[in-house]
Amino acid sequence: MDKLDREMLIKIADLHETPQGAYNIRKNGQGVERRSTANIEIRTKEDKPGIDIIVKPGTKGESVHIPVLITAEGLDDLVYNTFYIGEDADVLIVAGCGIHNPGQKKAQHNGVHTFYVGKRARLRYVEKHYGEGEGTGERILNPQTFLELEEGASAELEMVQIRGVDSTKRETKARLGKEAHILITEKVLTHGRQTAESEMEIELRGEAAVAQIISRSVVQEQSRQVFYPRMSGYCRCRGHVQCDAIIMDQATVRAIPEITAYHADAQLIHEAAIGRIAGEQLIKLMTLGLSEKEAEETILEGFLR
Amino acid sequence: MLELKDISYYPEGEKNAEAILKEINLVLENNRFYVITGPNGGGKSSLAKIIMGIYRPSSGKIFLNGKEITDLSITERARLGIGYAFQQPPRFKGITVEKLLSLSCGCSTGSECLGAGCHYLYDVGLCPKDYEKREVNASLSGGELKRIEIATLLSREDLRIAVFDEPEAGIDLWSFNRLTEIFERIKQKKNLTTVVISHQERVLRLADEIILVANGRIQENEAQAAFLENIIDTCSCRKECQERV
Ligand SMILES: Nc1ncnc2c1ncn2[C@@H]1O[C@H](COP(=O)(O)OP(=O)(O)OP(=O)(O)O)[C@@H](O)[C@H]1O
Ligand SMILES: [Mg+2]
Repeated sequence: MDKLDREMLIKIADLHETPQGAYNIRKNGQGVERRSTANIEIRTKEDKPGIDIIVKPGTKGESVHIPVLITAEGLDDLVYNTFYIGEDADVLIVAGCGIHNPGQKKAQHNGVHTFYVGKRARLRYVEKHYGEGEGTGERILNPQTFLELEEGASAELEMVQIRGVDSTKRETKARLGKEAHILITEKVLTHGRQTAESEMEIELRGEAAVAQIISRSVVQEQSRQVFYPRMSGYCRCRGHVQCDAIIMDQATVRAIPEITAYHADAQLIHEAAIGRIAGEQLIKLMTLGLSEKEAEETILEGFLR
Repeated sequence: MLELKDISYYPEGEKNAEAILKEINLVLENNRFYVITGPNGGGKSSLAKIIMGIYRPSSGKIFLNGKEITDLSITERARLGIGYAFQQPPRFKGITVEKLLSLSCGCSTGSECLGAGCHYLYDVGLCPKDYEKREVNASLSGGELKRIEIATLLSREDLRIAVFDEPEAGIDLWSFNRLTEIFERIKQKKNLTTVVISHQERVLRLADEIILVANGRIQENEAQAAFLENIIDTCSCRKECQERV
């Protein structure tokens, strides 16, 4: 790994040195470094590209880092990662993909992540996407995330894509069992001519399941975003979808939340709002001595915090 | 010294509307404590916004210590030491109380001025521990938001002209004592001209000078006394309204 790799690892996974705990670093379509621990085993898949990550039941306070780096043009990387989180485990998984495209041809990474979260287990998942590069080649990221939450399991997902990715198509699906909990926070900032599309489908299948989706997006310049979260309740359950977008310049943004109830005790709410930065917020920060540009940056930074 | 000369203000884009401020002439001396009062809709907040640069006067000029600042932006005026605590402060998603205070006291990172931030929160009766990490969003109550707004002004080291727009609005009775104490302390500060817009008698009593604004004009001394008496009867169709009641 070279200096560029290290810099990207800091951006996408906040990794300043070799991570603690289990990890697997993938670069340009190949695994380059890996470590399993006593409680977390990482295995190469035999039938397709990717890895299985097996977290033993009861494992507490451990983490898995699985960053992906792409530094070559013309690469189309497809990988399947499957996570088996044992009962009562509590783990942090840090994924993320950084593309540095040096050339004219496109560079693409499609990550398909599947999570089986066992009874009462707790998963925290952080995924950051980032793109850069001196070339004109497109940087494309298409993540797919599938989750199956068993009784009493909980998952908190934070998915962030801020600048640099030309095109992204995200798909997130989750099925919740009895008393399972999920919180998905997605933050996307697009600019230039970038496009981002995010589809989510959450099924509340078990009694007293709870789901919350929070989407924050900023669309600048000529970029476009579409957000399509769907939530269905099949029993007594609660769900909340909240989409908030700040639109600027000549951008376009669509938010199309959909909630469906198949049971009289399903309680589902959606809220969606799109608007420019409130003038009074800018003015307030300017009265503190910030320039208009600084005020704008401060507001966006807070919004995507 | 802040000087307003022949300031008139018409709402933007409404040419035929009546002026909100009409030929205002006002001199605010250094180190004095002014209270602006007057009926609702009289033009007090508009006057404050003219001082801060949020509204641009349709005619007239503004001078700060002899230098014209009429064309300076909000940011430029803030950097000259002018500050305004809003009557209705805006809310922000994702910006914490700590962050807002760090911006107002002028250092870039929250941690550096935590001490100062804490101190000013304490002054407005909020426990820093409970509030520092809170977002200045819809979760704050009206009174809490108002107190934080006051703290953002108090925390400014470089402040030369402080304008508080109805700081007591929404603040509970118990805390009101504390607020008047703050103003008493501010009065002792050197190099600070304070303007408080208020309807409260106890704040009026702190004033070195009371300025009465009604119908977009500053009412002169003779008119003041009479006006303060009639302050409740501001409706122009008074008779009709009374008959209806
Ligand atoms: N931007 C604007 N466009 C149109 N009318 C305005 C605008 N700003 C203020 N006004 C009007 O100007 C008048 C003065 O408003 P201002 O807010 O200055 O009153 P105020 O004295 O602060 O009142 P209050 O005691 O209720 O706070 C009001 O009639 C108000 O409706
Ligand atoms: Mg007012």
